[in-house]
Formats: sequence, structure tokens, C-alpha cells
Amino acid sequence: MLRRLREPWTDQQAQRRLGAVACLVLLTIALMVVFVAVKAWPTLTHNGIFGWLGPGPDVDRTMNKMIEVGQDPPAAAFELRAWPLVYGTILTTGLSVIFGIVFSLFAAIFIVEFAPARVRSVVLPAVRLLAGVPSVVFGLIGILVLVPFVNNDLLSTGRKQSVQHVVQLDGTGVLVAVIVLTVMITPIMIAIVVDALRAIPRGWTEGAAALGANRWEAMWTVSVRAARPAIVAAAVLACARALGEAVALSMVSGSRGFSPNPLDGLTYLFEPIRPLAASMVEQVDAMNSPPIKSSIYAFALLLLISSFALSVGGFVAKLPMRRQGMRV
Amino acid sequence: MAATATAPAPRPRPIGDEVSEWRWRQRLAFAACWAAGLAVIAVTAAIVLYMAYRGLQYVRPSLLLHRPTPGLAQGEVGGILDPIIGSVALTVIGICVAVPMGVAAATWLVEYGHPRWLARAVESGIEVVAGTPDIVLALFGLAIFQLQLLAPLSFTASGGGVFGRSFFAAGAMMSLIALPLVFGATREGLMSVPAHLREGSWALGKTKICTIRTVLLPQIRRHIASGATLGMGRMVGDTAVVVVLLGGSLQLDPQGNVPGLNYLRGTGSTLTTYAYTASPAGEGNAPQKAYAAAFVLLVIVLLLNAAVDVLGRRNSHNEALAK
Repeated sequence: MLRRLREPWTDQQAQRRLGAVACLVLLTIALMVVFVAVKAWPTLTHNGIFGWLGPGPDVDRTMNKMIEVGQDPPAAAFELRAWPLVYGTILTTGLSVIFGIVFSLFAAIFIVEFAPARVRSVVLPAVRLLAGVPSVVFGLIGILVLVPFVNNDLLSTGRKQSVQHVVQLDGTGVLVAVIVLTVMITPIMIAIVVDALRAIPRGWTEGAAALGANRWEAMWTVSVRAARPAIVAAAVLACARALGEAVALSMVSGSRGFSPNPLDGLTYLFEPIRPLAASMVEQVDAMNSPPIKSSIYAFALLLLISSFALSVGGFVAKLPMRRQGMRV
Repeated sequence: MAATATAPAPRPRPIGDEVSEWRWRQRLAFAACWAAGLAVIAVTAAIVLYMAYRGLQYVRPSLLLHRPTPGLAQGEVGGILDPIIGSVALTVIGICVAVPMGVAAATWLVEYGHPRWLARAVESGIEVVAGTPDIVLALFGLAIFQLQLLAPLSFTASGGGVFGRSFFAAGAMMSLIALPLVFGATREGLMSVPAHLREGSWALGKTKICTIRTVLLPQIRRHIASGATLGMGRMVGDTAVVVVLLGGSLQLDPQGNVPGLNYLRGTGSTLTTYAYTASPAGEGNAPQKAYAAAFVLLVIVLLLNAAVDVLGRRNSHNEALAK
């Protein structure tokens, strides 16, 4: 028996065995969808597939009530209207991707075109390092540095009192969450855009230069235009990353299932939110209660499906560049 | 991110293209580019220097060598030994699962890749795993390890309820975070090996798998190492999987009485969850300890990053020689 195991593999055996390992990846994905969907089923059936995404009574209070229902809850306990959490996710993700993509486009142009060799040899490691910094470090700096700063220096007492009857302001909220998230996702976008700008054939920009374009014109009208698919892909992939960011956001977003009201003017920026991923991480300890558990898995299913869609979207967005033979 | 590691030779600046002769809008854009680039450096430097300042303020050798003790005065007593052990153990488990899987899958994809549709599916499957949020992976892991079938692998309550929390569970799910990075690095490496190396080996009568083992894998071991190191950096820094699957208990909490195995079946914490719970967001409210743990974590990440840089430089060196 041992002897047989020690014999060298034939090619066919090797192909089959390595192929089986590769297929494990597909099996994992299939299992992931099935398990998460099955656990989310009670919430989905009770509220309707999309019903739980709608607005309704205070979501924090609903979830607190869910904790108390015990092991054998009535069907009504699964009632959930999670719009504030979805809104918080869309708000933080959308704002930080919009700010981030503009910033990273300029930073990427700088790295590829304008940076002197010495500066470039500092910026590139800085980007890679920033991409590697653990999210909890961002969260820590957010909650121990940015939040006290916002609370003490930007928030006036008058502003706090103006919304006191609705919500408490303590410095956590939309502003800090968006800042932290932007810093977290920018390095990914810079890396993708830099790769794309570098993949543009040199002849194209040289052709522009030969026609009298200066460096900026060659960059902006030829390289950036040709790299548009990659810029879209960068935004889409960063979106996927931002959607799933749980820990840093749970530290700085205020952890309150509240929908900030744009009519509040500037106060809007300081109102607390709680994105889906952050709610999941915070409610994990309450998972003994079946309704909470089912709700969390429903959030997970939503994030899973969105990140699938975004991964596919990022791949499709890059196709035009691949067709030109560029490796991005 | 692989391509950013190797910079092509910069294009020489065209003669007679002075910024001072540009239109003002172009000059403004030029300034914006410089501002963005310098801002990246400034933010990174600010984060690293601030963490270093706070870390050096609070990290003491005794802190690193003592176990944390539960109690109200969390800020004053106890150390962070258990979280450090937890981080290292979890990373080792994760990488031990991710490297064989990633290398096997990538080798199959590049060297065999039949049937074609299955190869495409595996390739996009890896992309999907890479894009899945870690908190979703963690909840998936919880659902799996709470199955009665896998009860021996995790923390079990006295009544027979399966918590699904252990180093095994967390490490297995962690490996999914590193898998795409190992896979990508191996695939890049295999694709960069020139075809004549393979053909020479086949001409000597070696089989395909023998070529892979004796020629290709030794040739790309630096690629694999740099992918694995990147993956380790990501696993060390992950919090959500640990919070959900390791329980984030302050001390290592063994389960059962088989020496060695009991710790792997038990719960614990890592530097990330320690920093999370010790911060004002968690229950501990001991910012000093949170800073100390985050500083140690950042140092580990910095070292892993430096290792990736060194490996990457050697890679491009090898490739330049091959041409």
C-alpha cells in the first residue's frame, strides 16, 4: 500500500488529482451560496425576497427585540425592515468610491508620467504599504484620532442640540466613515489604474507627442482615454472591497441603524450610520437567537450576491482592453 | 498589484516640453497630480509614524511576554502574549492550507487546463473568492463548522451544542483569503517560464508531471514565496474572520485534553481582535493596549511587505536574466 503511494504519478493521475483540487474552489463557492441562502431563508420568506430592504420601524429596536424572543420564536419575530443599514452601506461605499477614483486617477498619472524616479521609488512602496495596512489599524486611528477631533473641533454644541431629539452626535458618523473608507480603498484603485496606464503601448503616446501634444495632452487624451475600461474596473472592484468592510466601519460609523437626512444640511455629515457588514460583525454574539441569525445571513447573502456581481462587472469592464491585447 | 512591483524603464522626457509653457488648465492638472502623489506619501507616513510614536510609548518587553488577564483595569495589567501566539498560529494554519491548494490549482490551470470550460470556471471562481468580503467568508465558515459532523474540530458546549469556533475553523476560512494571492502568483510564475525549458525537459523523456516537479516548480519558488507572503500579510491583518470564528476570547482557551490538539480545537484571539476589543469600540476600553497591539501588528505587516519587495526584486532579476 505504502509502496503504491510512493510510486511517481502518471500524467493522467496528476491531471485528475490537480484538477480535483482546482474544482474544490468551485465546490466551496457553491457551498457558500447554498449554506448562506438556507440560513437566510426564514427572513427571506417572511419578509419577501426584497421586502426586508424597505424602510420601516427603527431597525435597532427591531433587532434588540429579536434577541429576546428565545429559541422557539413565532413567525412574526422575523419581521425586519433594514433600509437604514442598506442606505448606510450605499452611502459610505458610493461617496468613498467617488472621491477615491478621482484621487487615484491623479495619483496614478503622477506615478506613471510625472514623478521623478526618486519620488516614484517612494510612492510605489507607500501605495503597497497602504494597501497592506490592516483594517483594524485604520479603525483605531479613526476612533482615537479623527473622532475626538471631529467631536471637539468641528461639532458645535448648537449643532448637537439641533438634532438632539432624534439622534445623539458624538463625532462618529458619515464624515469619518467616508474618510477612513476612502483611505482604505484608494491603494487598490491606484494599483489597477497604474497597471492599465503602463499597459498602453508606448507608440500610441509617442504618436500623440509627434503630432505636437505635450505630456499632459498625450496622457489625458490618449492614455487615460484608452485606459477608461480599467478605470471603471478599478471603481467596481474597490466598490466590492468597500461593501464588505466590516471592522473599521463598525468602529467609526457610530453603530446606530439611522438614516441620515440630507435635509439637515451640514449636520448630515456628522449623523451616525451602520453599514450592513458592520451590523453583521456587531450582532455575531447575539446569534443564539434564530431571527437575528437569519437576518445576519440575509445580510451576508445580499453582500455575497453584490460582490459576485461586482467581480463579474470588473472582469467585463476590462474586456475591451484585453481585446486590444493589453494585459491588465 | 503584481505589475506595480516591476517598473519599466521610464520614458525620457521630451525635450522642449516645459510645464511653464502649458495652458493654465493643464498646469493646474499637473499640480493636482503632484498633490495627489505627495498626499499618498503623507498619509502613509502619517499612519506609520503615528502608530510608531504611540506604539513605542506603550510597548514594553514585559507586555509582549505576559498573558492578558481579564479584569476591569485592562489598561494596566496583563500583556499581549496570547494574541501574538494566536496571530502566528492562525497565519501558519492558513498558509499551510492555502499554498498546496493554490499551487495545485494554478499548476493544473496553466499546465493542463482541460476541459477548457472547467479551466475558465475555476479561473473566474478564484476571482469570485478574491472579491468575497471576509465577513461573508466567516459566516459561511460558521455555518459549516456548526454542523454536527465537524463537531470534533471546534469548541463544543457541555450540552452538546456546537459553537463552530476554533483555530481549525478560523484557519480553514483564513486560507480562502490567501488562496487567490497564492494562485495568482503561481500562475504568473508558470506563465513567465519560457517554453523551451518545458520542451527541453520533455525531449529528455520526462513526463509532464515530472517536468512540473523537477523543472517548473523549483524555477518559480520565489513567485510562490512572494504570493504566500502577501497572503500572510492579508491573513495577519484580518479581523472579521477572527471575531466570528475564533471567538476573540482574551486568553487561549483549550478544548479537550489531547496536548497540542486541544489548543487548536479551542478559542483564542489575535492581535487584530485584541486591538478591536481593547479600543473604545469594544468592551475593554484600554486604548494604550490597543495601540500597543496595533503597533506590533503593523510591524509584522511591514516586515512581510519588505519580504515581498525583496522577493519581487529577485523575480524581476531572474526574468531579466532569462531574456
